[in-house]
Amino acid sequence: MDIFFFLLFAFIAVIAAVNVVLQRHPISSALSLVGVMASLAVLYLLLGAEFIAMAQLIVYAGAIMVLFVFVIMLLNAGTEERSGRSWLSQVLGVPAIVALLGLLCFFAYKVFPNAGFVKFGDFTGGGAKEIGYALFTEYLLPFEVTSILILIAIVGAIVLARKELD
Amino acid sequence: MEFLVITAVKLALILFVFMTTLAYLQWVERKVIAHVQVRMGPSRVGPHGLLQPLADVVKLITKEGVMPPHVNKAFYLAAPFLAVFMALISISIIPFGTSLTIPAFQIGSTTFGPYTTMMELADVNVGILMILAVSSMGVYGIALAGWSSNNKYALLGGLRSSAQMISYELPLSLALAAPLLSAGTLSLRGIADAQAGFYLGFIPKWAIFQMPFPQIFSFIIFVISSFAETNRIPFDLPEAENELVAGFHVEYSSMTFAAFFMAEYANMITVCCVATLLFLGGWQPLWPAALGSNFFAPAILFITGAICLYHGINPARPFDRITLPVFAVLFFALAGLFAFPPLVPVLMPIFWFLAKVGFLLFVFIWIRATLPRFRYDQLMSFAWKFLFPAALVNLLITGFLVALFA
Repeated sequence: MDIFFFLLFAFIAVIAAVNVVLQRHPISSALSLVGVMASLAVLYLLLGAEFIAMAQLIVYAGAIMVLFVFVIMLLNAGTEERSGRSWLSQVLGVPAIVALLGLLCFFAYKVFPNAGFVKFGDFTGGGAKEIGYALFTEYLLPFEVTSILILIAIVGAIVLARKELD
Repeated sequence: MEFLVITAVKLALILFVFMTTLAYLQWVERKVIAHVQVRMGPSRVGPHGLLQPLADVVKLITKEGVMPPHVNKAFYLAAPFLAVFMALISISIIPFGTSLTIPAFQIGSTTFGPYTTMMELADVNVGILMILAVSSMGVYGIALAGWSSNNKYALLGGLRSSAQMISYELPLSLALAAPLLSAGTLSLRGIADAQAGFYLGFIPKWAIFQMPFPQIFSFIIFVISSFAETNRIPFDLPEAENELVAGFHVEYSSMTFAAFFMAEYANMITVCCVATLLFLGGWQPLWPAALGSNFFAPAILFITGAICLYHGINPARPFDRITLPVFAVLFFALAGLFAFPPLVPVLMPIFWFLAKVGFLLFVFIWIRATLPRFRYDQLMSFAWKFLFPAALVNLLITGFLVALFA
């Protein structure tokens, strides 16, 4: 049962990700990306990381992608034109991608020869309590530094968007 | 296998009850607003206008669905579907009561064993986060509706509504986090169970009364933010009829308009259910059963039936002589249900839960009838400059006191 759901949502994630690049209208690409985020959230859920799954939906699909969609709507971006591509890129495009993926898999197998398979249900440390403990004891310094990083981003955004005082 | 059958039955039941509540919530709203405005509201279609929602559904289904030629067809059709989808998902994780046991019964020669099930569709460990996630994704339906309509007013309404919804998600989440600190769990059933018990024997341990820090401010901030999340007055500028020509759903007609309508009421019910679970103790009674709270439900129903009977005997309108006694009999029958001891532990929690949700919905409708709407810049500055710092300060105080005393 887990295998079926994994295959289904992994398939949806890959198709949506390819669709991001293939669509001609930016809004369709943005919505396909939302589909990728949602499928990833389901995959996290299958692996037992329930907090991360919900955080993925709240943060990625619910805030970041909303921002993307907002900006695309405000900029009134239209459908893209299909510009002429050279004969060489049309023929060699997909085989080159497949070759690259094959090379990546080969190197991954070389570096981790003894990596086993994932068993769904093995991981039980995905609830809020375990993440909270880890975040506030072992990973406290990265946590605080990340919050300062986000603060810098917010201050930068306000400074850039502010009206000039004459 | 048993699990699938029980879940399918619960799904059908909850869906049916929810859809009927949705339709009749609109009736209640129209009647309450009418009586606040000293008029009668729907009273022609069926006794006291009770068949009005049916008439509205028939009208909306049979109306001609005009799809304007200038819209972006795919998103125009996808947007109401997205809105309703997100609105209905959040109902699936809300618990309505404690566990329900169906005793063993026989059909023909097979015995169907005793079934025990919890009164909800799915008990998710991170229930409250899922509610937040689904409400964040609900923004897409409105933003896409506004944009795909290819209409200035719709675009403005859609963008304003999206910005309003994402701005008010922040005080909503912070106000949600405060009672979670005392409850100690993210699952909705766990939060409601953590509010069981009584202080001094008669004050319920609901989150708004809970020591070390009664969560009154969180409750108020949560309710205000949920008005903005569901686009209700006083925050309904994005869909105002007089300002924006109905905002983001101006180009929609018949079933698609009904879908947005349905999504708004479904969001309202969900948000009231979440407020009840987090702040008002879910299905915990207001005073202990030892002091007689088990008699409250049949008493209220009996009194309502008696009032209907009294007005049926001295009718204000001629047909009230027939309809009001019928309602009285229905209320007496409902009160009589509480006389069966095996049914009481099942019906009591549902009664208290529905009473609290009903009260919150009444407050929503009452405020709609009473207050004018905010201007858009007032709305946004209220969220960012007042509610967000207030929710943050509330969370800090709660965290400090819980760490000191727990």
